[in-house]
Amino acid sequence: MSDPIRVGMLCSRIRVEEKLLRDALAHRGIDVEIVDDRELTLTLGNPSPGWDAVLERSISQTRGLAITRVLESWGVPTINSYAVAATCASKLDTSAALVAAGVPTPATAIAFTPDAAVQAAEDLGYPVVLKPVTGSWGRLLARINDRDAAEALFEHKAVLGGPEHSVFYLQRHVDKPGRDIRAFVVGDEVICAIYRYSDHWVTNTARGAHTRDCPVDATLRQMSLRAAAAVGGGVLAIDLLEDRDQLLVSEVNATMEYKNSIDVTGVDIPGLVADHVRRVARGAPVAVGA
Amino acid sequence: MCPECDAQVPVDDGVERGEVVTCPECNAELEVIGLDPPRFVLAPPEEVDWGE
Repeated sequence: MSDPIRVGMLCSRIRVEEKLLRDALAHRGIDVEIVDDRELTLTLGNPSPGWDAVLERSISQTRGLAITRVLESWGVPTINSYAVAATCASKLDTSAALVAAGVPTPATAIAFTPDAAVQAAEDLGYPVVLKPVTGSWGRLLARINDRDAAEALFEHKAVLGGPEHSVFYLQRHVDKPGRDIRAFVVGDEVICAIYRYSDHWVTNTARGAHTRDCPVDATLRQMSLRAAAAVGGGVLAIDLLEDRDQLLVSEVNATMEYKNSIDVTGVDIPGLVADHVRRVARGAPVAVGA
Repeated sequence: MCPECDAQVPVDDGVERGEVVTCPECNAELEVIGLDPPRFVLAPPEEVDWGE
């Protein structure tokens, strides 16, 4: 009998998602080691623990990226890969990848000074949405309805300073119908999707949105797989906006949260992720969608 | 015991080291650092690079 597969699961804290993933991996006979990113030391050029793969579940994008970078240099496959996680960690990189692949996405512009940002907002047309280049859970999003608000907000950001405020990343606001769509991609499959409803224009579940099952039709499936392929593929949550009769991909998340999506979809999300991790640990190439 | 308010913090079966629980008296977010007996520290505040 061959040795069991050894998988490291990189965590910052143990949430419901991490418990479910650990249990799903263990249920498949995989030897799972929980690795606290706060306690980990990695010496470059000196590979250690002998994992067949590492599932990256750090809350901290900075730590997750740094660790997957080193693990890959040791030849340890990671889910997701460093390149995919790096692309998804930056909204600018994600947008550039989507545009390069011809995936429909809201019109996006960047600028570096308040005056230039006002010009970019005017060019896009109000309302526009200001987002941090790196950030998640709906943090620091601002809908800007007119020039007065734009000038005030950009001035505040310039005064605040710091790298997170140094790039003005702007998107055309999409007047979505009180909801957005999150599609879950694992390898070359869209395993399920949810609607995220909110009375607020920000529809993140971290901000209180509630979820319902969203049927995966051919259009949603194709759009989600194209978005996944654009960033390199893997285990990804694709956020899409309904813009009248078309879908636009707004973001791609590489360390997806899904606890609010299992019951509403009836899909064993952690189980399907664990199957993917097992395939990667066995050396299978990562399928990258469309 | 809550490190913020000294209240007794109940832990459910299945709670694990590394989980975050909420103090029932002061609502502080607490990270579980030990189980027998239960021990807690204040959970680190959310940072700008946290997320999905």
